[in-house]
Amino acid sequence: MIEHLVPRILAKLLIPFILLFGLYVQFHGDFGPGGGFQAGVIFAAGIILYALIYGLDRARSVVTPGLVSFLVALGLLIYAGVGVATLLLGAEFLNYNALDSHDPVHGQHLGILIIEFGVGVTVAAVMITIFYQFAGRLKITRELECDETDDADEEEMTGSPR
Amino acid sequence: MSVGDWEALINVVLLGLLLVVTFGIIRLRNLFGVVMLAGIYSLLMAMVFTLLDAVDVAFTEAAVGAGVSTILSLGTLALIDSRREKIPFRFQFTPMLVALVTGAVLLWGMQDMPAVGAADAPNQIHVAPYYIEQTPVEIDVPNLVTAVLASYRGFDTLGEVTVIFTAGIGVMLLLSSMPVVGAHRRRRRDDDGQENDT
Repeated sequence: MIEHLVPRILAKLLIPFILLFGLYVQFHGDFGPGGGFQAGVIFAAGIILYALIYGLDRARSVVTPGLVSFLVALGLLIYAGVGVATLLLGAEFLNYNALDSHDPVHGQHLGILIIEFGVGVTVAAVMITIFYQFAGRLKITRELECDETDDADEEEMTGSPR
Repeated sequence: MSVGDWEALINVVLLGLLLVVTFGIIRLRNLFGVVMLAGIYSLLMAMVFTLLDAVDVAFTEAAVGAGVSTILSLGTLALIDSRREKIPFRFQFTPMLVALVTGAVLLWGMQDMPAVGAADAPNQIHVAPYYIEQTPVEIDVPNLVTAVLASYRGFDTLGEVTVIFTAGIGVMLLLSSMPVVGAHRRRRRDDDGQENDT
């Protein structure tokens, strides 16, 4: 948790736009640069910024670890599910033409939109998971460190880098 | 100066900066500085990709290389207490020789490669013409890269997502089950009580 006023206010201003930009990159990937992968990373960066400024606990109460680990699997399932759906509709695996029986091009549009969404969900969730795991680990270490400040000798910590 | 000259000038400047940053990364002993330089390296690479008209790759490089991986590296640094690590710098002959020979071989091999962006390069005349001609007909999305990645090579991308999924699961399994060790010796006796908080 960062107590300084400027980063807190700036983060409050920036985070909605970061998340919005992530969604834009996600759903505009057919038309401009971007797609699920970049969008997922940008979206995760917004959440990570929130966690860095307001603390891991508050971030975890907004985006719970349970939800995140559910989303990790959900994105991949959406992607593979589209493949299974096209199989069931009588075409090859991931052949989006089958998704729209009237216009194969519309099927392609739909398929790309859905699988990009799956990519975005998995990437964002995995990035947040990795960050949560690292930061949670750090938190445990810090808490243990605080318990021991009484008998901690300083010379061990002040070894300067070369 | 024409546009091409300016582009060449920007290329030279960017590649020169990349070289400087690389030597900085090699020489610097402070890991925090190395992580920052690696972030700068990724940003410079993103600019190089933009100059090569590979906007999607540049986007990914900026978001992943400069953004998330810098944060994760900093997180790792905070965990491993890098200040105590002291690696003496000394010249080693064999690795230097291997690096120089490999570099020389690569440079030598580069002579046979077609020029950057050449229209008759083998990779441009294999499947690329089909994608360029058929995408407006078959898929009809303006971004050709998306069409190739998501539709023509959808199976590849599924594999990539699976790799990311596996990485996430791996980190989850490794970091949430390992006991806290290494950072401070004297703390071991507390570990049994504290670990369960995870």
